Amino acid sequence: MMDRYTIPQKIGLYIAVAIFLTFILLPFFEMFMASLRPLEHLFRSPYQFWSEDFSFQAYSDMWETVPLLGRYIFNSIYIASMVTAITMAFVVPAAYAFARMDFPFKSATLGIFLAVNMFTGAVLLIPLYRVLRTLGLLNTYWAMIVPGVAFLIPTGIWLLRSYLEKIPRELEEAAYVDGASRLYTLRRVVLPLAVPGLIVVGVAVFIGAYAQQFLFAITFNQTRELQPLPAGLYEFIGYQSVTWNEMMAAALVGVLPVMVIFLFLQKYLVAGLTAGAVKE
Amino acid sequence: MTELTQEIAVAERTKRRKLPEAWFAWMLVAPAIIFIAVIVAWPLAETIRLSFMEADLGGEEFVGAANYADLLDSRKFHETVVRTFYWMFLSVGLKLILGLIGATLLNAAIPGRALFRVLVMPPWVIPIAIGCIGWLWLYNGYFGLLSGLGQRLGILDGPFEFLAYKQSAFYSAIVTDVWVGTPMVTLFLLAAMQGVSRDLYEAAWVDGAGRWYRFRRITIPQIMPVLVSMALLSAIWTFNSFEIIWILTEGGPRGATTTLIVDTYKTAISNYKFGEGAARAVIIVILLALFSLIYLFFLNKVNRKYGVK
Repeated sequence: MMDRYTIPQKIGLYIAVAIFLTFILLPFFEMFMASLRPLEHLFRSPYQFWSEDFSFQAYSDMWETVPLLGRYIFNSIYIASMVTAITMAFVVPAAYAFARMDFPFKSATLGIFLAVNMFTGAVLLIPLYRVLRTLGLLNTYWAMIVPGVAFLIPTGIWLLRSYLEKIPRELEEAAYVDGASRLYTLRRVVLPLAVPGLIVVGVAVFIGAYAQQFLFAITFNQTRELQPLPAGLYEFIGYQSVTWNEMMAAALVGVLPVMVIFLFLQKYLVAGLTAGAVKE
Repeated sequence: MTELTQEIAVAERTKRRKLPEAWFAWMLVAPAIIFIAVIVAWPLAETIRLSFMEADLGGEEFVGAANYADLLDSRKFHETVVRTFYWMFLSVGLKLILGLIGATLLNAAIPGRALFRVLVMPPWVIPIAIGCIGWLWLYNGYFGLLSGLGQRLGILDGPFEFLAYKQSAFYSAIVTDVWVGTPMVTLFLLAAMQGVSRDLYEAAWVDGAGRWYRFRRITIPQIMPVLVSMALLSAIWTFNSFEIIWILTEGGPRGATTTLIVDTYKTAISNYKFGEGAARAVIIVILLALFSLIYLFFLNKVNRKYGVK
């Protein structure tokens, strides 16, 4: 009853949603339109919304223009997955400690983690390059994975800590009284309860890792076979001409796998964030 | 077992558990700390050291605080700092307003809500560099949709290159930055809104409170903690937003979109002036730290006002 809208209210809501979504989806629409135009039509002025010669030709040509395209798409997903797995391995124990235990310098340590958010890769690029060279990681997958992990750990700890704090302590205390060890309690009591939170943080970390590959890839990696998609796309800016239509097609096809994965996970994502927000 | 011995047993177990707690906690936190120390703290220390050097590909030479003195004297640098804060406040403000509107819309009980929620996410999910390619094309004066549409509607006289003029380039970059940042703000605010207890709304509704009143007096205070922490995170990320500007304009035209982070990258990476670049990086860190401290002070007050721990 409380949630019922009158017809004009409903129309107003849908119009507002439509405007909001237009803003969000406009670049994708433009990329799609550009990918359908043949190259010679692409550079035609004045702008035409529709023309007869639209085709999906670019979607098959792009694999020949940039033969490693499939590899780039795989690399992107591989790097993001590795970053997520390693980040979570660091984040879960640390977030648990911050959420549940008291130890010296706790808030100072937490503050340091938050402060890491202030240094993006771009600030530390040169010394980071030297560190990676010292560690012998340049031009490997690790050159893109390791910095990604470092910059995502703080966000992960921050998110998971606030989720874990909302799990009632009584359950753990009951386990201790029964003689369970801390590690056992973490593994068998806390983690199963935290699964929705873990999914949320995992997905958020994956998205972060997937979104931020460009800078590390162009700076720390020269090996073509290892490039992720955002860096690989720039190969369409070729020796003679820029095949923009194929670049757009490749960009859209390249993000498709992750969009599909995300489509399945988004339900848990919103639900998980919501559960995390519920008060004790 | 009598009650007493049982109590003693529990107490002993508690003691055994309590004693190594700090050690155990540190063991859990240590891996993350060591990792961050190697990958972030070491380069940071190196950056601070470099900032006192005249360093390029040829070598390094200690120059004291000369790099900093140069920056403090430079009018261009002052303009960059002001521009960066303007960029941050405008962009974050828009992200929060749009995010709040978006979350409210997606929280409304209308058919199709689940689909709309999915459709809001793409800018956040895809790599920033790829989204920027789409915007690059949108802003193109001759082949892009915006200029084409503007001409068709008679708003523009002829082709308009959005990224070619100082003013329009700056605001175009803001629009793209807002586009990248809004979905995440929307999602987190939506989650916070869904966490608000329905009882509160129902009680207010029974008392005859209207929608706007309920939004202002229940929703906003309840999601305030999430809103303020989103604002801080968003501010830091926006301050350091690099890829968007770099791909759209590389800081141009004539420096109109050069924020501190772009200036740092240009100095250090494009011009190989490592020392001067490092000094800029250190200033970024100092400014952000100051901003965060002031903000957290303010945040504490807000939290206390709304009764959050």
